[in-house]
Amino acid sequence: MSDVVEKTLTALPSLLSLDSQPGSAKLSSTSKLGNLIRGITELTSKHEEEKLIQRELTSIKDQVSSPNTSMRQMKELMVRAIYCEMLGYEASFSYIHAIKLAQQGSVLDKRVGYLAVSLFLNESHELLLLLVNTVLKDLQSTNLIEVCMALTVVSQMFPKDMIPAILPLVEDKLNHPKEIIRRKAVLALYKFYLIAPNQVQHIHNKFRKALCDKDPGVMTASLHIYLQLIKENSEGYKDLTASFVTILKQVVGGKLPMDFNYHSVPAPWLQIQLLRILSLLGKNDQSTSEIMYEVLDESLRRAEMNHNITYAILYECVKCIYTIQPKSELLEKAAKCIGNFVLSPKINLKYLGLKALTYVVQQDPKLALQHQMTIIECLDHPDLIIKRETLELLFRITNGQNVTVIVEKMLDFLRISKDDYTTIDLVGKVAELAEKYPFETMNTVFSLGGDMMQPDIPNSFLKLLSEGFDSDEEDRKLRLFAVDSYVSLLQSEPNKLPQRFLQVISWVLGEYSHLSAELEPATVMTLLSKLLDLKHTSSETKSWVLMAMTKLCEGGVAISVAQDIYETHSSSMDTVLRQRAQELQHLSQDSELYLMGGVDSSLSFLDGFVSEALAAGAAPYKPPHQRQEELAQAKALSLEPYSLSLPISMSSCSIADRQSPTLMSMSSGLSGDSTDLSHKGGSTTLKLDGVKRVWGREGYLAQREPVEETAQVEVPSPLRSPSQQAEADSTQSQTPTPTVTPELEQDKQQLASSLFVGLGSQSSVCLMGKSDPTPQRFRRKAQGRASSSGASEKTPTSLGSTPSPVDNLLCNSLLDSNLVSEPTNQTPQASQSLDTTNGNCHEELTDVKENNPSLIHNNEEPDKPKDLCLSSHLPTELSGLSHSEITPLCSNQSVNLSACHVQKEDSLQLVIFIFNSSDSALQQMQLQVDSGELKVNYCLSLITDSPVEEVRSHSVAVCHYSVTVKRPSVHVEVLGMLSYQLPGGTPQTIQFSHKLPLTTFIRPLTLSTEEYGSMWLAFSQDTKQNLTLINDDQDPLTTTLNVLKKKLQLHVVEIIGVEGIVACQLVQDQPCLMHCRVHAGTLAVWLRSPVPDLPDCLLYHCQRALQEH
Amino acid sequence: MIKAILIFNNHGKPRLSKFYEHYTEDTEQQIIRETFHLVSKRDENVCNFLEGGMLIGGSDYKLIYRHYATLYFVFCVDSSESELGILDLIQVFVETLDKCFENVCELDLIFHVDKVHNILAEMVMGGMVLETNMNEIITQVDAQNKMEKSEVNQDLTYSLFYLPV
Repeated sequence: MSDVVEKTLTALPSLLSLDSQPGSAKLSSTSKLGNLIRGITELTSKHEEEKLIQRELTSIKDQVSSPNTSMRQMKELMVRAIYCEMLGYEASFSYIHAIKLAQQGSVLDKRVGYLAVSLFLNESHELLLLLVNTVLKDLQSTNLIEVCMALTVVSQMFPKDMIPAILPLVEDKLNHPKEIIRRKAVLALYKFYLIAPNQVQHIHNKFRKALCDKDPGVMTASLHIYLQLIKENSEGYKDLTASFVTILKQVVGGKLPMDFNYHSVPAPWLQIQLLRILSLLGKNDQSTSEIMYEVLDESLRRAEMNHNITYAILYECVKCIYTIQPKSELLEKAAKCIGNFVLSPKINLKYLGLKALTYVVQQDPKLALQHQMTIIECLDHPDLIIKRETLELLFRITNGQNVTVIVEKMLDFLRISKDDYTTIDLVGKVAELAEKYPFETMNTVFSLGGDMMQPDIPNSFLKLLSEGFDSDEEDRKLRLFAVDSYVSLLQSEPNKLPQRFLQVISWVLGEYSHLSAELEPATVMTLLSKLLDLKHTSSETKSWVLMAMTKLCEGGVAISVAQDIYETHSSSMDTVLRQRAQELQHLSQDSELYLMGGVDSSLSFLDGFVSEALAAGAAPYKPPHQRQEELAQAKALSLEPYSLSLPISMSSCSIADRQSPTLMSMSSGLSGDSTDLSHKGGSTTLKLDGVKRVWGREGYLAQREPVEETAQVEVPSPLRSPSQQAEADSTQSQTPTPTVTPELEQDKQQLASSLFVGLGSQSSVCLMGKSDPTPQRFRRKAQGRASSSGASEKTPTSLGSTPSPVDNLLCNSLLDSNLVSEPTNQTPQASQSLDTTNGNCHEELTDVKENNPSLIHNNEEPDKPKDLCLSSHLPTELSGLSHSEITPLCSNQSVNLSACHVQKEDSLQLVIFIFNSSDSALQQMQLQVDSGELKVNYCLSLITDSPVEEVRSHSVAVCHYSVTVKRPSVHVEVLGMLSYQLPGGTPQTIQFSHKLPLTTFIRPLTLSTEEYGSMWLAFSQDTKQNLTLINDDQDPLTTTLNVLKKKLQLHVVEIIGVEGIVACQLVQDQPCLMHCRVHAGTLAVWLRSPVPDLPDCLLYHCQRALQEH
Repeated sequence: MIKAILIFNNHGKPRLSKFYEHYTEDTEQQIIRETFHLVSKRDENVCNFLEGGMLIGGSDYKLIYRHYATLYFVFCVDSSESELGILDLIQVFVETLDKCFENVCELDLIFHVDKVHNILAEMVMGGMVLETNMNEIITQVDAQNKMEKSEVNQDLTYSLFYLPV
């Protein structure tokens, strides 16, 4: 196309003035438009242009109104008027003439007339009424071109109230023999649908006919309508899925005429449209999604050609695959495609790749990890658009650990951005992050965002500080941190800070500076009083400052400062300031008054008023919760308290929420609406689900960060090691550009590790939306083992002495039959050992040692019996209870470690078996068990921490812990380390990790519906999602709940109609409530709990339980 | 939906503007100026997509543009359009113009605004993509031009607009 437009405007004057050439001579002398254009191009200033155009317009005006002007001249005048209008000069006098031209002229005149009308007028213009008759006439014309023009103008500008007049005629055109007419009629009807959906309600079946039209063009046009219809209500069009799939199959298979090919790709735009429709249909719908898997695969396969338009198809394909119910092999291919996009040197593709990543990153955070180096490079891309898209992507993957770095990047961008729109958008995002993750960078937001930011941003920040989180200690630290950083800010250069920030600072200092031990109130007073002296401090800020000082003015220096301030401000023009200064002075001098605090929280001074009111018959005051309870009791069904706050459209909105790519699916959960709801529900705590935990570390992370970074330099990025190793293995590893110097590369690596931290390891919760996380978990687990064996390399690794899972299984089924059901029905040896265990713990250990060798020798296969006997070593108080499968943890030449757990009503007992497989005794044995998520109680440890402990050859020692959950997660991991010494050898250690699913900690919570109702209101952490309903013949809700009850040990409180309430608790009294409602074939569940993350984790297990069913 | 199609030259002079949504005359001019401002300061080797400016409606809208020698072709679309699809649609548009005007240049667009609009009307109707097949568009335009020719033969002044360049 390079030769298409060669001539530049500079050539224009010379061309026009080439009078010697016959053509141009005629042009310049006879064509008025030519004259006009030549005139304009010769001008130098805007002012001259204005004058010239005005002159031109006057001359046009004269001519159009003259009765002698022919239609042909009129046409030419219209073109000139169009030109003037395009330049921005109004030619309203010509509008009526344009309409006339469309009415009266020949076909050709009409065309210009219609064109002028559609450029000049809009749907609210009054002159449009005059056009209706013309359009009606033309729609009935036998001339195809006239009909086309009428349809075009109708779709461009017809207002709502004129549609009925022409609708029947347009509808008729759907049966027109000419395909071009049918096609335009379909689009016109689509436009009508957009403007006035009710008016075209009756022709929906005709749309179906258009979809089946024998001409592909008409069918394509009808897809516009269907895309819109399905967007609004996908349920209603599921039956068409198969048709769309068939169409797409045919198109992809090249069944369309060659005419439809574009660069030998069959009807690409049609494919794009179809893919969009399919993704809307398959969203949240397994069965519909299944219909399209094949064709999507086909599309992906066919779109291999290296042309722009095939990438457009690929992009839609990928988006579709990630929108519909996932299928792992398609996801894999799609992920590869995204990789190709992101790594492409073509910048447009890179842009789309980033967009696609942004879209899928919540479902598949690993994908972002894979491309982290590319993303880092894109951050420094010269194209601002790419940069912004990258920030958008980072915004989506922000978590507690990388938030500081990401916000820093955003602020960097903010500093260079000149575009208003971008600034507003980005400031909003930064503030959103900052509220989610309160941290030091909020200061930067305040300083940079300045006074332009929304007033609610500082307000909510202060609210956050004052209401605090669950733990007092953390609140205190956060506040102290704020005080310290603000004091240092004030000490450096307060005059550069924006007003709003100063207000925030003064409030915080006034409220919390007492927390800092080394900070004298007087120092703060002095700092604050300096603010008052600054020239640019507004009076609003001054009153904030004075308020703060009022809170601080106590004794000593404060009095004199207060006095000074009083003197300067007592004569202030601002009455508010004057009053504040007055108050300050009084309070500072009257320490008794100050200590009183001024607040009588019992409001005793109102007692008189109250008793008077009561005497006059007023109802006594009841606190809100009491009122609500009474309200609930008044109703027959006591479900009321919480169902009050249950929005009717809950399930439908939560579908959208969960799937929407714009939503953060972090554990902090679900957008504003849940927050609002719970506020309505009476909960008074601030919703900071994700925040609390984050801040707990994050606040101090800011100080700790340098240390961490140096650590990363020494050990190459330990933070991303597990996932990165996997990436290195897989083919899609990032390829650093060779031009980058090693140091730069290292910088980037560091940046990457700080940006993508937490994505891999903490993704288990985020992954919840994905229905098939199993493969990933498996992989992770495998890595865990690999790393643990890697860590235990100090000891020679085992030679396959670990019993294989198959053996284990066999053994366990054996066990289950004879041990669990009937503990006394055991082999003589085992029962013998059991008998002895009843005695003393220490004795048991010795007994075991004596017993075991015989067991081993009696058997030909050592593995099975070993397990068998392991279970017989269960501590006595657990032996009667059912225990889980005994899983091998790790082993080496001398020891085998295995574990199992036993669920007790109030706790979970973790039992670790240490089997000494060597020929000599293990000495100085020490077992340490630790977990981030668990509280490990050394309830009954048979091996104490004393170093003298030893295990004789071929015998078993048992350690037994009682564990409870500290912090819920989908699987809680126990890390352990066993150290021991073989006689005459050096000390050795062996490490292991063991995962316990959260379900093992869940117990039914028995309560009544009333109790449920009041608890529901009190809980703050909530999550909503739709689950699949188990459809059997009778009552799907009851069946589903029973499955959950059986598998997860939930307690079904009550089932009423389509709703049911379920309760459970994490051992040791951490309740979680679940409300279920059947809606549109799915189970809309809403979980609430006082414990962060618990609802999310439980939801995950519910999902799994239902899937496995 | 396509919200607007703008063509302007390297100096920001509008050569064609077609809005599929109603804006006031002033806003239209501002949009043209703003769009030119946004597009013209972009380098050659950056992506062809831009977030819409303030006037055109923020991040829901995209400007998708191509730069040919002296002219910028800008489509302003909402999120329901495929970016790459529109990019190729611009290409189809320009190739069609090239076919219809036989080596199209800026002058053709200036002197035959109405023809360009007619070609565009065969591609995009009321903001919806109507036809993406160049041959089909040309067939439609030709059918209309046939009539024109029979009339133009009687009218020399109009045929003189045609300037072989």
